[in-house]
Amino acid sequence: MKLRTLAVGLMVGALALTACGREGSPTTPAAPGGETAPEVSYPVATGVSLPDSPTFAKIQQRGRIVAGVRDDQPGLGFRDATTGEYAGFDVEIARMIAAGLGYGEDQIDYVVVPSAAREDTIERGDIDYMVGTYTINDTRKQRVSFAGPYYVAGQSVLVAADNTTITGKDTLQGQRVCSVTGSTPIQRVRDQGLTDQIVEFQTYSQCVDQLLAGQVDAVTTDDAILAGFASQRPDELKVVGEPFSQEPYGIGLNRDDSALRNKINDILQASYDDGTWQKAYDSTLGLSGTTASPPELQRY
Amino acid sequence: MNVLLDNLPLYLEAFFFGTIRLFVISAIGSLVLGTVLAAMRVSPMPVLRVFGAMYVNIVRNTPLTLVFFFFAFAYPRLDLIDVSYFVAACAALIVYTAAFVCEVIRSGVNTVPVGQAEAARALGFTFAQILGQIVMPQAFRAVVPPLTSIMIALLKNTTIAAGFSVFEAGGIYQNLSERGYDVLVGLLWVALFFLILVLPLTGLQRTLEKRWRVAA
Repeated sequence: MKLRTLAVGLMVGALALTACGREGSPTTPAAPGGETAPEVSYPVATGVSLPDSPTFAKIQQRGRIVAGVRDDQPGLGFRDATTGEYAGFDVEIARMIAAGLGYGEDQIDYVVVPSAAREDTIERGDIDYMVGTYTINDTRKQRVSFAGPYYVAGQSVLVAADNTTITGKDTLQGQRVCSVTGSTPIQRVRDQGLTDQIVEFQTYSQCVDQLLAGQVDAVTTDDAILAGFASQRPDELKVVGEPFSQEPYGIGLNRDDSALRNKINDILQASYDDGTWQKAYDSTLGLSGTTASPPELQRY
Repeated sequence: MNVLLDNLPLYLEAFFFGTIRLFVISAIGSLVLGTVLAAMRVSPMPVLRVFGAMYVNIVRNTPLTLVFFFFAFAYPRLDLIDVSYFVAACAALIVYTAAFVCEVIRSGVNTVPVGQAEAARALGFTFAQILGQIVMPQAFRAVVPPLTSIMIALLKNTTIAAGFSVFEAGGIYQNLSERGYDVLVGLLWVALFFLILVLPLTGLQRTLEKRWRVAA
C-alpha cells in the first residue's frame, strides 16, 4: 500500500515536472536582455582542402573541430547553465569558421579556456582555434598567431545605474575599481595611475557581483564585455565614458599554421562582404543597442 | 631564470606583502582560536562542548574555497562591519584552520593522563588552572609535529586568496601569462619559494621537539 502511494506520488510529480519544463524553457538560447536570438545559419562548406595546415590535418583525422571559447561573458561567449548551450558573438564567429572549414554545428566541441591558459592551450594543440575576447598584441604574437581582427573593442567602465560621480576613466581617482587578476585592463589602470584602489577577482562576473553588492564602484574591461553585463541588468548597471584603448579581437591559432590563418581570414572576409558578420553581430552583441561594422583584416 | 629576474618585483611583492603576511597573521589567529576551541571541547560545561563540536564539524567539512566565497561575496551583503579583502582573507583562513588546530590540540590533551587533572582538582585547582598550568603545556608538547603539518597546509592554502582580490603567490601566474611569459617556468619558481618558506617551519619543529623532549 505504502509502496503504491509512493509510486503514484512519484509519477504525478514527474508529470508535473516535465510539464513545467516544456512550458518554461525557450527553444533558442536566450540572448542578453531576455530576447530570443534569431537563428543565424552558416552554410557548411564542402571539399575544403588545406594540405599545408597541420591543424587541419588533425581536424580531418578527428572528424570534429575543437574550438576554445569563454563561458562567462554574456553576449560574447556564454554557457547557459541549464541547457548547456553556448551563445554569443564569439561563439557565432567560432561556428562561422567551423562552417567555412566544412564542419557543422554538431561537429564542434567547445572547450572553455580561461584567459591565463590561452597561449599554453593553443601551443599544446589542445584546441584548434580560440575565439574568446582575445586581443591581438605583439607579446602574444611571439607564442601564437592571430586571424582577424573580427571585432575592435575598447576598454571602458561599468558602474551602477544610479552612479553620477563616475563618468569615464578620468573620474576613477579614489574609487574602487575591479577587474580580473593580472589582466591587461587592470594593468593599464595601474600604469596610468587611474586609481590606487584596485580590486582583482578571478572572473568578470565576480567583479560585477561585487559591483552589485556595493563593494566596488566600477568594473573596467573591454566595452563589449561590459555591454553584455549591462544588457543583462539594464536597470542596475550602465557603461560610461568613451573607450580608452583599442582591443582588436583575433582568432588565436597555432603560430606555425599560416595556411589555416589565411583560410580563416578568407572566411572572415567573405562574411564581412556578404553580411553574415553583421547578422551574427545583430543577433548577439547588437541586442544591447550598440552598432558596429566589420573591421579591417590584418593579413600578416 | 629570465622569468624570475624580469619579474623579481612581482615575486617579492607577492611573497612578502601577500603570502608571508597572510600566513603570519592567520597562523597566530588560528593558533589562538584553535586553542580556545579545544578548551571549549574539553570544558565541563555542556553548552561550550556542544558549540565547540558543532564549529569543528561544520567548518572542517566546508571546502576552504567556500569559506572564502562566503567572506568575499556573502559577508558584504550582511551589512556588518566593512572589512578589506585582506582582512576577509585572513578571517577565512583563521576560521578554517582553527578547526584543525582545535582537533590536534584536543588529541594532545588526550595524551595527558586523567589522573593528573584529578589530582589537581583534589588540590583545589580551578578548571582554568588545570588546563593552563598542567594539561595544555603537556598537550602542546605532544602535538608539535601534527601542528607543524597544519601550519604548512595553511601556508599553501594562502594561495586561494589570489582569487579573492588579495595579491599573493597564487596570483603570480596570471600576471606572468598576461605579460607573455612561460607560466610553467614561473610556477616552478613559485614552488621553490614555497620550499624555502617551509624550511624554517620544519626547523622550528625540530628545535621544539628537542627542547621539550621528556627525559625517558
